[in-house]
Amino acid sequence: MKYVDEYRDGATARRLAEVIASEAAPGQHYRFMEFCGGHTHAISRYGIEDLLPRNIRMIHGPGCPVCVLPAGRIDMAIELAERPEVTLCVYGDLMRVPGSRRTSLLRAKADGADIRMIYSTLDAIRIAEQETQREVVFFAIGFETTTPPTAMAIRLAQKKQLGNFSIFCNHVLTPPAIQGILEGVDLGDPEQVALDGFVGPAHVSTVIGTRPYEFFAETFRKPVVIAGFEPLDVMQAILMLVRQVNDDRHEVENQYIRAVTRDGNQRAISEVADIFELREQFEWRGLGHLPHSGLRLKAAYAAFDAERRFDMPELTAADNPACECGAILRGVKKPVDCKLFGAVCTPENPMGSCMVSSEGACAAHWTYGRFRDIQQRKAS
Amino acid sequence: MSSKRRKLDFKNGKVDLSHGSGGRAMAHLIAEVFHDSFSNEWLARGNDQAAFDVGQGRMVMTTDGYVISPLFFPGGNIGSLAVHGTINDVAMAGARPLYLSASFIIEEGFALADLKQIADAMGAAAREAGVPVITGDTKVVERGKADGVFISTTGIGVVPDGLDLSAEKAKVGDRVLLSGTLGDHGIAVMSQRTNMTFETDLLSDSAALHDLVAAMVATNGPGIRVMRDPTRGGLAATLNELAQQSGVGFRIAEESIPVRPAVAAACELLGLDPLNVANEGKLVAIVAPEAAEALLAAMRAHPLGKDAVDIGEVVEDDHRFVQMTTSFGGGRIVDWLSGEQLPRIC
Repeated sequence: MKYVDEYRDGATARRLAEVIASEAAPGQHYRFMEFCGGHTHAISRYGIEDLLPRNIRMIHGPGCPVCVLPAGRIDMAIELAERPEVTLCVYGDLMRVPGSRRTSLLRAKADGADIRMIYSTLDAIRIAEQETQREVVFFAIGFETTTPPTAMAIRLAQKKQLGNFSIFCNHVLTPPAIQGILEGVDLGDPEQVALDGFVGPAHVSTVIGTRPYEFFAETFRKPVVIAGFEPLDVMQAILMLVRQVNDDRHEVENQYIRAVTRDGNQRAISEVADIFELREQFEWRGLGHLPHSGLRLKAAYAAFDAERRFDMPELTAADNPACECGAILRGVKKPVDCKLFGAVCTPENPMGSCMVSSEGACAAHWTYGRFRDIQQRKAS
Repeated sequence: MSSKRRKLDFKNGKVDLSHGSGGRAMAHLIAEVFHDSFSNEWLARGNDQAAFDVGQGRMVMTTDGYVISPLFFPGGNIGSLAVHGTINDVAMAGARPLYLSASFIIEEGFALADLKQIADAMGAAAREAGVPVITGDTKVVERGKADGVFISTTGIGVVPDGLDLSAEKAKVGDRVLLSGTLGDHGIAVMSQRTNMTFETDLLSDSAALHDLVAAMVATNGPGIRVMRDPTRGGLAATLNELAQQSGVGFRIAEESIPVRPAVAAACELLGLDPLNVANEGKLVAIVAPEAAEALLAAMRAHPLGKDAVDIGEVVEDDHRFVQMTTSFGGGRIVDWLSGEQLPRIC
């Protein structure tokens, strides 16, 4: 596959691994968080950890929209879908996310709720057009990458004068989450692990650009390298972070120059700004309530806002007390540190959200990397 | 079977409940659709069962239900698939498939033209494979109680003397042979789903593999421990099943696994792994190391095995992991798929 295989070349990877190994100072620890689930997936799927020296540790961050969605929001969606007039359109990843009391959208669907798996926002629009007697609600979720398509769907619904289309908005923002993690680190929160740098998001940054990260790099004195999702992108970003740490630099560097600019996609940014506004705060699974970290529709678009349209009550639910998703999302613990991991929590029967999406830290480790735990146990 | 009644309207006609009622309409449907498409001496006798002589050797029997959506896909339809899939399940025992039965559950309102097209493809696939459909059944259910048409086929075959392929027989040191490219069927079917917006000229690999199997058995039957066709769940599911059943692990090399560029691209786009995608014309054979070279050569000499490769080996592993060396140079597990294979959201 042209323009893809080049970024997965094994020979280049080995050369890059040699350079990383030669430049990483033996006495130094390098703890880098890859924020994005896409990076977590690439690291696990291509076995990148095997190519890194032992003193470089990758910490899997909270950048998987499904993983950070709190159980209460799933409960809200289930309640909504149980209304007889509602057809809830969702992306497949969401179907198995556990709500509270062992519920999920998949179970609600089996119990008779009209829940449809879709592949794009346009599918939801099409269903609303075809089934005018149904109240079609799109379960909108994702970071800055998926917000513009939701904005586009609303524009389209407006143009087509669809009176039966709305969205359940769960869009969240990357910078407040990074800030939440860094403020914890900065305050010396014992629950937080020390971080030496960030691999910054790829797709998110195509929309928002690199500028929003400059604040963190400067304020928290942490290097950030925006990187693509291919395995060689990740390896190169790690090398760039190692060099910044070695030089005591803390800059925002852009490895992903083939897609990301400093200012991002202005048209997408202005479309989103036109339709959405910041919520006071939004709950993140594992990170708690973060200020100004979620979006909702502006009052002018209230007709498209399912929360207003159906007067949806705000629901919150406590996670399983044994579930370590929160600590894992903050990088404090590894999946194997959780008592539930692999015992009662597996991709077939996820207890916590990190096990649901293939981009979640636990699912990625279970699916691709759990043989390393056995190797490590044998070694020790 | 001839009839003085008006012929079925294959242009605009639809299946209705009378076609499953046991009355004259059903007799017409069976005659004009199934007997016409499958035409063979057993069906021509018009009995509720088919009688045939049983040859020497151990018999194998298998059954499978086909409930795919969409019913028609590039390279075949549910009819040809229902023949190929069941023949392949028989053949994976090293057996020579002999006969098939077919049961149809049809939704009221289903277009007669579509039913005929499906039956024709089924008849053609059976004739080409030399494995006739010798008995069958038809039911019609109310609208909404089925999705177009469901087909169940049962196949029987006979295993040559001295051959006993079975899933618990993989041994440490055995080689893993794969007959060709992965993922063609799954991606060809997915490309036709109404809400998928990508186009490809890719065809399903749906094919009957018994002739390829016969060539392998003729080369070195006893050298083959077990064979599977990696259908739903793909190669990943097949190897994990065999690892569990034989109590071993596998180590395979990603670089050796053939995937067509179109399949790789579609998987990339949808966030899928070709190792999890379904195949309908491929087989995996676990073979004794000393038999591997000759068996691989025999596979490559057959049109359905021309891209065959040795992808790895059976290893000792209490955890029964399927491990893969990635083309990138790292290691990873190849796990079962969890739940439905779905595109990722970002």
